[in-house]
Amino acid sequence: MTTTYAYYPGCSLHSTAAEYDMSFRAVCDVLEVDLREVKGWICCGTSPAHSTSRLLSHALPMKNLSLAEQMGLTEVTAPCAACFARLRTSLYEAKRDPELHRQLQAVVDGPIPELVSVIHPLEILGALGPEIAEATTHDLSELAVVCYYGCLLTRPPKVMQFDECETPSSMDRLLGFLGIRTLDWSCKTDCCGGALAMTETDIMLKLTHDILEEARGVGADAIAVACPLCQANLDARQAEVEERYETRYGLPVLYFTQLMGLAFGISPKRLGLHKHLVGVDAVLESVAPVTEPARGAAYG
Amino acid sequence: MTDAVLMVPTHADLAEAVLRESGQDVNLCYQCGKCAAGCPVSYAMDYSPFQLIHATRLGLDDLVLNSKTIWLCASCETCTTRCPQDVDIAGVMDTVKTIVLRRRVKPTVPRVAAFYQAALGSIRLHGRLFELGMIVGLKRRTRELFKDTGLGMRMLRKGKLKLFPSFSGARTARKIFDRVRKLENQRARGASGEGDRK
Ligand code: SF4
Ligand code: SF4
Repeated sequence: MTTTYAYYPGCSLHSTAAEYDMSFRAVCDVLEVDLREVKGWICCGTSPAHSTSRLLSHALPMKNLSLAEQMGLTEVTAPCAACFARLRTSLYEAKRDPELHRQLQAVVDGPIPELVSVIHPLEILGALGPEIAEATTHDLSELAVVCYYGCLLTRPPKVMQFDECETPSSMDRLLGFLGIRTLDWSCKTDCCGGALAMTETDIMLKLTHDILEEARGVGADAIAVACPLCQANLDARQAEVEERYETRYGLPVLYFTQLMGLAFGISPKRLGLHKHLVGVDAVLESVAPVTEPARGAAYG
Repeated sequence: MTDAVLMVPTHADLAEAVLRESGQDVNLCYQCGKCAAGCPVSYAMDYSPFQLIHATRLGLDDLVLNSKTIWLCASCETCTTRCPQDVDIAGVMDTVKTIVLRRRVKPTVPRVAAFYQAALGSIRLHGRLFELGMIVGLKRRTRELFKDTGLGMRMLRKGKLKLFPSFSGARTARKIFDRVRKLENQRARGASGEGDRK
């Protein structure tokens, strides 16, 4: 059975995180999850909006949810953790605050969506364990990965209602379906300073450094992420961190959807793996076709 | 800190504005310090999150409005998540920033305020964030022409930055921005008797 979701890519997945978009679409293809991109979507406003205008910060997400509803769809998926958080927060706030709801009606064309819910790809794909095991054709069990959830997927829990807020495990479980070994570590939900990347670079470098140190410390071969801001800091800025702290990590930072794609035998090119700033060769070298008996063991 | 700053006023103007605009009551804070303990950026702040909340309670409005803390906050929501009194500290930071900008107080970390303006300018114009345009706008505002240039070039080469903006959604976004501004101006005029200058 195919399920259809309204797909809100957000600005990052059309630019700095194109590989997240490519790999998410590719694995959804394999798993027969039907994605319909929200027609005419606009930016969710992210931290510049919520730091400067409460109304604007909810009007932009609400407009997108309303556009999705106009397509006749009620489940909206947003892979970017920042977009996901803004969309869920706006639904929560509009329900909680009647005055805000009234103002939103005045600034968003069309009715405020009442039935729409927002769902993260980790929630959609995490429910497809048997299908994932079925689709897995390549073995990644050589890899030891740490899952980095970042701030926005789980916090604040009252609003996000996503996994366990201080020690989430949904991404670990999902990668487990593929036979990937995930390691325990203490930085799962630490902040990488994404909101400050363009401005307070020193703070961002320190926070990102702490995360990379811990990842290396527990012996990870790669970091799995679900947020374009986290990915940009850990991958694109990794060389800067290395220079500042006079060290060397060489740690590939992959979207969890890229790891899924590799396990499904999708070509690295289609998964956008050539777009990374830290080389991913070590990851690619550890991918091997699965032999039949090992296949069943990946799930269960 | 000067003695003048530490004079505790009888009235907490800002605390009332925060309550009105965000529903957050800073008087619920019992100074456990948990918000500061978990804050990844408190080491760089001039007042830690719990000091800032306390200063707001005490009516030390100038101190709060001129703090670096509000601009350095990374919006990670750790404080909000952990506060035993259910104070949305990150939400208070946002509301205070909004008030600073509305009252035209000079932001103490101008670079962050400039980033917000550059990003929102780009979103209003294009409907979606056009990173390259936003970066140019930010550089123009901060005059830091060479900050992150190398990184920008590497990302361009990897096809991670678009050279040209998309304009789908531009009209939709502009309408929303303009309506929000109009409504907010109306409300600011209505509230100007309560201490907010427009
Ligand atoms: S965690 Fe809450 S109660 Fe404790 S000091 Fe911070 S704001 Fe006050
Ligand atoms: S939201 Fe801001 S104040 Fe709160 S813990 Fe994060 S950085 Fe610190």
